[in-house]
Amino acid sequence: MATLKDVKTKIGAVKKTKQITKAMNMVAASKLRGAQANMTGFRPYAGKFAEVLGSLAERGGSTATPLLTMREKISKINIVLCTSDRGLCGGFNSNLILKARSLVKEKSGSDIKVSFTNFGKKGRDWTRKNNFEIVSEYLGVVGGRFGFNVSVNAGKKLIDGFLNGEYDEVYVIYSEFKSTAKQIPVIKQLLPIPPLEASGKTEDAKKQYLPEHICEPTPAELLDEMLPKNVYVQIYSALLETSTSEHAARMAAMNNATKACNDMIDSLTLAYNKARQASITADLMDIVGGAEALKG
Amino acid sequence: MAENIILEVVTPEKSVVSEEAQIVMAPGSLGEFGVLIGHTPFFTTLKVGIIRYRDIKGEERFVFVNGGFAEALPDRVTVLAESAERRRDIDLERAKSALKRAQERLAKESADKDIDFMRAKAALDRALHRVKTAETRLH
Repeated sequence: MATLKDVKTKIGAVKKTKQITKAMNMVAASKLRGAQANMTGFRPYAGKFAEVLGSLAERGGSTATPLLTMREKISKINIVLCTSDRGLCGGFNSNLILKARSLVKEKSGSDIKVSFTNFGKKGRDWTRKNNFEIVSEYLGVVGGRFGFNVSVNAGKKLIDGFLNGEYDEVYVIYSEFKSTAKQIPVIKQLLPIPPLEASGKTEDAKKQYLPEHICEPTPAELLDEMLPKNVYVQIYSALLETSTSEHAARMAAMNNATKACNDMIDSLTLAYNKARQASITADLMDIVGGAEALKG
Repeated sequence: MAENIILEVVTPEKSVVSEEAQIVMAPGSLGEFGVLIGHTPFFTTLKVGIIRYRDIKGEERFVFVNGGFAEALPDRVTVLAESAERRRDIDLERAKSALKRAQERLAKESADKDIDFMRAKAALDRALHRVKTAETRLH
């Protein structure tokens, strides 16, 4: 049986922990709001971009740009792994890493060399521990404030590497933000760019869209210019999604931790009260026993 | 006066301009163009430069754009730029120091023609247009 003082100290410690988890929960909640605002801010650009790109692709016909061409033999791939820099967010990072591991397993059957581009410290640490080559790493991006130029820089490097034949395929792994309660790790092919479609448009809308536009320069040239930007847009959106997911995951994890603290405090308080009652009873027994003895 | 067109300038980070305008002038990659209501559908890439437009009160406004794309439809103009700033949002001091830096770097490195040269030149272009946008006199 723990002494009264021990239990009291324990309760104090758990209460302190609870304060911290609660504060972290609130910080994550406010950061989540910021991240969601960023995502909302990006939506008009992304929507318009996809719309224009889709219809240009349709109009430009079968362009034979290297960025769209599948390579026959795939021997080197690069994986862009987006994770967070910091922990304490439940299974968030391990889920992403698990996805990376399964992708590596799937690909590495026929002597394919895998290298990584890392966003976030957790993924970087894992990559390093498993002795994969790290082409470039970007820390302090996910979960913080970052601009479009981050994805432009990373995208340029990837495109250069792809065109130089350093890799034949590039994938991005990120966490898709479905809701505050649900974030799903997703694998997406970045390069070569998968066949484009005028997404989210009905057949009618597709037809009456760009075809009558005067284009300057020609649609094919425009497409050439837009394809690299498409890669940047994809990376940017992956980073935004991952950041938002990170904060949501941390919020949920900290919420659970706070609840667990409450449970612990409850059961410890019960134990404390029991111990106190026991000592009072013992004291009373002593007094009663002493009084009885005097009487006798 | 004819009807107004809607001008929208969006960047990945936010929407910079979304308002009605009487006329919009934008720096297309094959030459500057102006858009009034009822323009033929038109799509083009943009150079680094200045978008000028006249708002509904007839006042001239300036927006710096760092390249991108513009689409003109009969009733609206949409500009997709990697970055864009309204005249009043430009940090003139910063742009000026960036301009100075770019000029110095160009002077130093113009001898060897490598990627750095191209980058410095692009930086100079950006800085120059930013300063120009901020310093344009209103008339």
